Amino acid sequence: MNDALLFFIAIPLGAAFFIPMVSLMLKWVPDLLANAVMVVLATMAFLTIGQTGIYHLGGWGTLGIDLRLDGLTSLMLMTINTIGLAMAIFSVQYMNQYTSKLRYYSIFLCLVAGLNGIVLTGDLFNLYIFMEIVAISSYALVAFGCAHDELEAAFKYAVLGTVASAFILIGIALLYAMLGTLNMAAMSVKLAAGGLNMPITFALGLFLCGFGLKAALVPFHAWLPDAHPSAPAPVSAMLSGVVIKTAGIYVLCRLVFNMFTVQLVPDLLPILRLLGVASMIVGGILSIGQWDMKRLLAYSSISQIGYIVVGLGLGTTLGLTGALFHLVNHSVFKSLLFLNAGAVEYATGSRDLRHLGGLRRIMPLTANTSLVGSMAISGIPPFNGFWSKLIIVLACIESGHFWLALAAIMMSLVTLVVVLKIQKHAFCEEPKPVAAHATEVPILMRTAMLLLAALCVALALLVLTGVRTPCLIAPAVDALSTWVGPAAGAGQWMGI
Amino acid sequence: MVYALCLVLIAIGLYGVVVKKNVVKIVISMAIIEYGINVLLVLIGYRSGGCAPILQQGMTAATLAAHAVDPLPQALVLTTIMINLGMLILMVAICIRLYERYGTFDITEMRRLKG
Repeated sequence: MNDALLFFIAIPLGAAFFIPMVSLMLKWVPDLLANAVMVVLATMAFLTIGQTGIYHLGGWGTLGIDLRLDGLTSLMLMTINTIGLAMAIFSVQYMNQYTSKLRYYSIFLCLVAGLNGIVLTGDLFNLYIFMEIVAISSYALVAFGCAHDELEAAFKYAVLGTVASAFILIGIALLYAMLGTLNMAAMSVKLAAGGLNMPITFALGLFLCGFGLKAALVPFHAWLPDAHPSAPAPVSAMLSGVVIKTAGIYVLCRLVFNMFTVQLVPDLLPILRLLGVASMIVGGILSIGQWDMKRLLAYSSISQIGYIVVGLGLGTTLGLTGALFHLVNHSVFKSLLFLNAGAVEYATGSRDLRHLGGLRRIMPLTANTSLVGSMAISGIPPFNGFWSKLIIVLACIESGHFWLALAAIMMSLVTLVVVLKIQKHAFCEEPKPVAAHATEVPILMRTAMLLLAALCVALALLVLTGVRTPCLIAPAVDALSTWVGPAAGAGQWMGI
Repeated sequence: MVYALCLVLIAIGLYGVVVKKNVVKIVISMAIIEYGINVLLVLIGYRSGGCAPILQQGMTAATLAAHAVDPLPQALVLTTIMINLGMLILMVAICIRLYERYGTFDITEMRRLKG
């Protein structure tokens, strides 16, 4: 398995390079190749279940950069590549609206390679590089349509993203100056031995701001409601579903629980809880007033990210379980809802809820999958969102944070209001003129939506394996909490 | 002292990003931030009076390690320069397209996204 880790990055990067070379002559190559690559990657990701491994790049042994696989990495790989596969399927017909499909697939595969790299790498600077690959390809994808608002959103996103990356790089430089290594596991051992000092605390603050901005936590959220709706639908789904979680939440998890550890910096948990609950409430309330379908969903993403961060901020095993479960669930149902919005836009040419209506009769599959996604995101049993929110609320109560539990339940109701607004204005009501010429979207777009809706139901079955230890999630929690406890576990994060 | 100068450079860049209204000036400010960070990275690896980290004839590994500057930050700087170049090209391309659409570089006049 160890050698296969490299292919998670090499295959999409190679394909991204190969697509523009061949597809100038053969128009069908980008579709086929991109989908084949995503099928292979998704299959490989599912083969990593239950495995651990380490791969040293370049034959330098422990001196060089390494790729690591553990429970959390495996969970993230499955999420990224499964959602990526659904997006690739959806793109085949959706992207016909745009002019340059081969460039789209090329950048898309770079994005996937960067995301896989972020979750696999065990080296802090390497993580920064993969993060920049993700960032640059997402700026390019947001600007893909080259219309007014797309360019404006991409510029805003790029400026804020670059400042965040700069903060992260300063943090990395300070940590390297203090600790003399860039390997995250080695850093953690040195941090545990040497304790905190001024530059390291400063670096930690920079990381919180930088990755907080990448994860769009309130008060760093201003770019998200512009950037996510402006991109083409599959890209919005990828950005909202996977990118903010991988480049933001996943890295924060690693930093807080594996590198700096809660024992060393106990103040981190209240900060995370505060950021989380602020995102949950602000994102939820701002989403109510939106009339642009995708913009509404983008605000709701901020709110759902808040749930995940609150779960992480509890620091208990149950809290982590809820947070990681919600992370996976949110990436599935939020991608689904964005694809629904994309399908509606494809069929009617509009995503303004005031102009839509009565699409249920014309687009039954889109309406029904959207209903599944809506029920999942607002936490209605038996869908997956209910279980992860339940676990987070239970974890809040278990650790004595009743106000957080109350906020989580209230915001769940707000989410319900928000998604019902989509259901009412887009799919129910009487048909409006814009829907007159609409037809159901093509077969591949329907397949992608159906796949994600089926996943919404299937993920709910994970709780059958135990509410406290759902399969797939439990190994990921173990990977994070191996070091929750005395320094006995030092070096266990595979390898040293 | 020199470290403080790096931070001043970074702060100037941040000031530019926050205050300037011209998109091109914002891009230039972002480049200044990156230069500040690159200088900081090189300084971290520097030791006063150190030699280049190249193993010359008649030099043992131990003497090299005792006298040479740290080569790792230099490698990191090379990588960040590449990344920044890609970033800069993309940003400038977006600026050109923005000018085509809006007919201005003034960011206060690009206000289609609200809410």
